[in-house]
Amino acid sequence: MNTTFKKNQQQKTNMKKVLVIGLLVVLIVVAFIISMNTGYIRLSPLEVFETLFGKGTDKQEVILFEFRLPRIVISVLIGMALAVSGCILQTISRNALADPGILGINSGAGLMVVLYITFFPEKNFMSIMFLPFLSFIGAGLAAILIYGLAYKKGEGISPTRLILTGVAVAAGISSAMIVLTLRLTPESYQFVATWLAGSIWGSNWDFVLALLPWVMLLLPYIFLKAQTLNVIYLGDQMANGLGVAVERERRLLLAAAVGLAGASVAVSGGIGFVGLIGPHLAKQLVGARQQFLLPASALTGGLLVIAADTIGRSIFQTEIPTGIVVAVIGAPYFLYLLAREK
Amino acid sequence: MSTSETYEEKIEMEKISRPMVGLYLFIGGIIALILSIMASISLGAADIDFKTVWNSIFHYNEDVTAHQVIQEVRLPRVLGAAVVGSCFAVSGAVMQGMTRNPLADSGLLGLNAGAGFVLALCFAFLPGLSYSFIILFSFLGATIGAGLVFGVGSLTRNGLTPMRLVLAGAAVSSLFIALSEGIAIYFNVSQDLAFWYAGGVSGAKWYHLKIITPIAVVALASAWIISRSITMISLGEEVAVGLGQRTKVVKMVGMMIVLVLAGTAVSVVGGVGFVGLIIPHITRAIVGHDYRWIIPNSMVYGGLLLVLADLAARTLNAPYETPIGALIGVIGVPFFLYIARKGGKEL
Repeated sequence: MNTTFKKNQQQKTNMKKVLVIGLLVVLIVVAFIISMNTGYIRLSPLEVFETLFGKGTDKQEVILFEFRLPRIVISVLIGMALAVSGCILQTISRNALADPGILGINSGAGLMVVLYITFFPEKNFMSIMFLPFLSFIGAGLAAILIYGLAYKKGEGISPTRLILTGVAVAAGISSAMIVLTLRLTPESYQFVATWLAGSIWGSNWDFVLALLPWVMLLLPYIFLKAQTLNVIYLGDQMANGLGVAVERERRLLLAAAVGLAGASVAVSGGIGFVGLIGPHLAKQLVGARQQFLLPASALTGGLLVIAADTIGRSIFQTEIPTGIVVAVIGAPYFLYLLAREK
Repeated sequence: MSTSETYEEKIEMEKISRPMVGLYLFIGGIIALILSIMASISLGAADIDFKTVWNSIFHYNEDVTAHQVIQEVRLPRVLGAAVVGSCFAVSGAVMQGMTRNPLADSGLLGLNAGAGFVLALCFAFLPGLSYSFIILFSFLGATIGAGLVFGVGSLTRNGLTPMRLVLAGAAVSSLFIALSEGIAIYFNVSQDLAFWYAGGVSGAKWYHLKIITPIAVVALASAWIISRSITMISLGEEVAVGLGQRTKVVKMVGMMIVLVLAGTAVSVVGGVGFVGLIIPHITRAIVGHDYRWIIPNSMVYGGLLLVLADLAARTLNAPYETPIGALIGVIGVPFFLYIARKGGKEL
């Protein structure tokens, strides 16, 4: 009797969580539509729909299909990728402040991207498809470097030291990026500056194609591993006891997180804080169980970036880079978490 | 920490204070500073020999182009670098001593970013503001930055650990930097603010120097005057009180000095970090824990570091300038990681 009651209760809360996730999907669709309407040239919702179904003018088609749509799709995808990456990092390191941007993983990827762009400035299809691999390597190297530097014999890795090392490595890589690229070509300084500000610079369909396979492969893989993440979060001993090969799973999941961060950096630039805010908001909404937390994080992340990008494009006459908008929201949130954390 | 232990520590520290070494280091530093200033003046787009440099300063002749170049472009720039370097280094030294935080630096704790943010506001809303007011606002910005960082730091449950402060500093900095960039783009003042992101002394002119030098001299001298008290506070609050120090007053004065120094420096050179971290640590390792020697040596070597960094910034990739903040960041970050790892036990 009692157990069936509990089960019902459980089902009810699960239904609630599914509902919340459904609501987030609806919100993303709404944001998507609003974002398609806004920009330098305004299109009414009706015009957008007409154009989508092939009845718009040539000009409207170019605006929508060549400029706006790829950019919006990219913002949703990187938002999802960064937030899920942050969710994994927070779970694995058991550290509420972890985020691929704050930890310096993004900057490693960025250095690779910037170097590559400076050496091979022509943007053809092959080189764009190659970018995410390169930035994955950069992100991975940065992750190894930060892990190694934060590791102390006998103490392991303390959460604060990990973040601190990440912040410092990110600062160092940004400096190195400026110095190096200036030496290569002075023109590339502009690119580095745009990159550092977190502007979604790759906004055509080629970039969408470059990013899509990474998100499409890694997200389902991670969602399948939700239970493993739940167990890892309980602590190494507990996880071992429950029959999870902790070290191996941790490395695989970490690689997946680095891959997601790297791929999104390859097309978006240095957007930080998404991986921090996304999972935190999601946790407030659906709780800590990864089966719900991961998809909810992905959705909040996507919503956040699409909103930031729309705000950056619409509220002010001049376009403000997305990364700046996210940082203005994200940095105070980080401070709030820092003050609250034990 | 019991009192007797700290007294023993104090005796220990007296032992490892090395005044003679400090004196030699100071004299050596002054000589090195003068030489590097001369070298920096003579090297550049057109190399000018030492004799002309000497003449241009002591026997100025309007008709010689080289003299004009030196007087109008190179001299203010080099002197500006020296003054600014001293300011950053001493502000770092005072902060480290007073907060007993090995990771204290005006860049790391959000002072520079705060000043930069207020400067962005000035350029956007009060264009054509006179330079003395810009310094005042820069000082105000540094105060806001420091206030926020220490405020958030003290809100944290386990209090103000050095690492937490640096994390708060990083977040406050990224907030202010994002806001300033937004303002710069929106109000189209990026050009005026470009110096700030990258950091550089290329904009230093005589009229800047005329205003910042007296401020810097007064602040540096005051730092040296309270250096004995800073030494005692650096040994621990109880020790300082036990030795008859009015720690509250000293801390207030010290914080004012730090803010004035950082604000002034940022108004000239922009957000250059790590000088206040690197220099005091190195001088402390050499001269021991007596701030009467740490402060003057930090002053000299901070100036030296910035003069050399500026020389490198001009020559590495001539005719383009490498941002000096990025250059020092490349050295500063490994140094920071090293200090953070050690946990600053020697402080």
